[in-house]
Amino acid sequence: MSDGNTPPFFNEMFDATGAVRPPYGGLDGWAAAMPEELRSLKQSEAEALFRRIGITFAVYGEGGSPDRLIPFDMFPRVFGADEWRRLENGIKQRARALNAFLVDVYGRGEIVKAGRIPARLVYCNEAYETAVAGITPPKGVYSHIVGVDLVRTGPDEFFVLEDNCRTPSGVSYMLENREIMMRMFPHLFQQKRILPVETYPALLKRTLASVAPAKCQGEPRVAILTPGHFNSAYYEHSFLADQMGVELVEGQDLFVEGDYCWMRTTEGPKRVDVIYRRIDDAFIDPLCFRPDSMLGVPGLMNVYRSGGVTIASAPGAGVADDKAIYTYVPEMVRFYLGEEPILNNVPTWQCAKSDDCAYVLDNLSELVVKEVHGSGGYGMLVGPKATQEQVAAFAEKIKADPDNYIAQPTLALSTTPTFVEEGVAPRHVDLRPYCLVGETVELVPGGLTRVALTEGSLVVNSSQGGGVKDTWVVDE
Amino acid sequence: MRLTVRHTTTYRYAPPRRAVVQSHRLTPSVFEGQQTIWWNISVPGAWTGATFRDGAGDRIETVSMLGPVEEVLVEVTGEVETQDLAGVLRGHRETVPPTAYLRTTRATHPDTGLRELSADALAGADGDPLDRAHRLSRAVAEAIAYVPGETHAHTSAAEALSLGKGVCQDHAHALIGAAIAADMPARYVTGYLFVGDEPMGEASHAWAEIHVPELGWVGFDPANRCCPDARYIRLGSGHDAQLAAPIRGLAQGVGEERLDVSVDVAEAAQSQQQ
Repeated sequence: MSDGNTPPFFNEMFDATGAVRPPYGGLDGWAAAMPEELRSLKQSEAEALFRRIGITFAVYGEGGSPDRLIPFDMFPRVFGADEWRRLENGIKQRARALNAFLVDVYGRGEIVKAGRIPARLVYCNEAYETAVAGITPPKGVYSHIVGVDLVRTGPDEFFVLEDNCRTPSGVSYMLENREIMMRMFPHLFQQKRILPVETYPALLKRTLASVAPAKCQGEPRVAILTPGHFNSAYYEHSFLADQMGVELVEGQDLFVEGDYCWMRTTEGPKRVDVIYRRIDDAFIDPLCFRPDSMLGVPGLMNVYRSGGVTIASAPGAGVADDKAIYTYVPEMVRFYLGEEPILNNVPTWQCAKSDDCAYVLDNLSELVVKEVHGSGGYGMLVGPKATQEQVAAFAEKIKADPDNYIAQPTLALSTTPTFVEEGVAPRHVDLRPYCLVGETVELVPGGLTRVALTEGSLVVNSSQGGGVKDTWVVDE
Repeated sequence: MRLTVRHTTTYRYAPPRRAVVQSHRLTPSVFEGQQTIWWNISVPGAWTGATFRDGAGDRIETVSMLGPVEEVLVEVTGEVETQDLAGVLRGHRETVPPTAYLRTTRATHPDTGLRELSADALAGADGDPLDRAHRLSRAVAEAIAYVPGETHAHTSAAEALSLGKGVCQDHAHALIGAAIAADMPARYVTGYLFVGDEPMGEASHAWAEIHVPELGWVGFDPANRCCPDARYIRLGSGHDAQLAAPIRGLAQGVGEERLDVSVDVAEAAQSQQQ
């Protein structure tokens, strides 16, 4: 097995001398001892399991074919408990700051008044919902599930690529990857103390119940609102409903009457207290947002705003995860929590600023350029991997609409060993943990690791040849 | 002035609908220019609930009817004492920061025509924001003639301007677009207007508000070439006509919908003689 250590990339399994770092201890032997035939047998077994449970949707709303399986790599990605503790503190800190920001900008706007973030960036943002100004949701939480996308560049160097404060998807992969690894390699789970992620659905349910409206009597009733089976993440919606033991509903299953929102059931209407919605703000309620929405519930926003139901994430939460607002998250941590940020942002140039734009255009071949509202790895330029023609063409796009672009340095993403055709080789990875915010802030030890399966590729998106891995935190 | 209002809206559905839900912004605003003596919104056969005051200061109520629904009658009656504050919305409580009203919508988006109108109106103007707002309102009134029936509910400001014709909704949208083009926060306002014996007058009315740093929000009514005075009753606001609508509703099911609206605004003394 090659040590796969190609500077400047940080190899998470092997140190510079080729020795196995402690969290990965034993996995070198495990991989080496697996004969080729057994490995391909296990690989097809894993695929069959994924197909059987039906988990074939695209992650992160990237679109793509709904029946396509995202490649699963059996080589786990591993963190030591110490490494994880620091990440956990950093992620929780960020989730708290983002929520404090949301309560603030829909309330008194202290951070704007203090001049720490430009007023227009917040209030003229497309994701800022005038309709919820003045509304403080239960427990002051707007974003109940914060997906923080991270990359690693060194032993202690982690960078946040972006925050996802609306409805981050992919958590079902975290759970299914674990389930499948436990079924296929039970002895690994006996040899190593791998902290559980299976508690996530119970924690999610507890988080949602903890933000039930003050008017709720008795045990809060939670429901997941899905756009329907044609949605690429429908599997995840039904999976989570099943795992939490709550109802999965579509807009037409809910209605508004009096001060509350009700669910149609065979035993008559039942009041719903907390709606975990997996539809965008614009479609929640045709009487408040897009009038042509068939997916939402007419009048729901009025019930929400008068305290009759909780919507998670709260409408308007998107203003915190906008790519232009992202730059200010470290400032939010300082302003609201009085702490220094534990996790770094990636230095970001905003092409909307003329100095930044000039720098970006001069250094395009070394930078990664993204659309402000883009996602899924589309519409971006990875300078070092692009041809001269591609760089030149992209420069024209930036000049035509500078406000639409931000740029970041190309990060030296860490690698982990990955099963490939020739055996085991290092491939670049990122990480999305799912932080839960309710009465308390919780994070299960793990997340979704995405891996760029193509040699040398830094793009982990499943639409661009990415796969997924089980993510372990080992306590040894 | 003491004004009485009688505003009925009737929706008739054929065939009957499964359910109807409406969001109402039908209660007079609370500010120094108007005091509500009494006010009543009645929707026979409907549930009323989910009532609150939103961040823009508007009172919002939700009504719902489970089907089969053949008819929804929304009857608003009341009496309001008004003062002429020269359009200034003094003493109005709201949370939404004025900066949020620098955003445009499809209806108010300033295209090249509106941007030019805005720039031309302000050519030679000094920095006084109130004067600038008046200039914009005059320019809109001159550019769009009051001609009913030429535009419809979804006509944008840009479309009305190129047509040169429109009604109060188009005037308000155009003024919002022109003001935002000049970097002044602006919004759409709905309400009632006492028109007396004016044959062309619309008792159900809309105008714009522009934010002037020293004064706060100030109303401008290009359709009537004035600022709102004691003849006006203010109901609510939003980024455009759709978002500020006094009634936003949805009837579930398919079929025809017939809408009848009647608005009568009178001086209190007169109405008592009836």
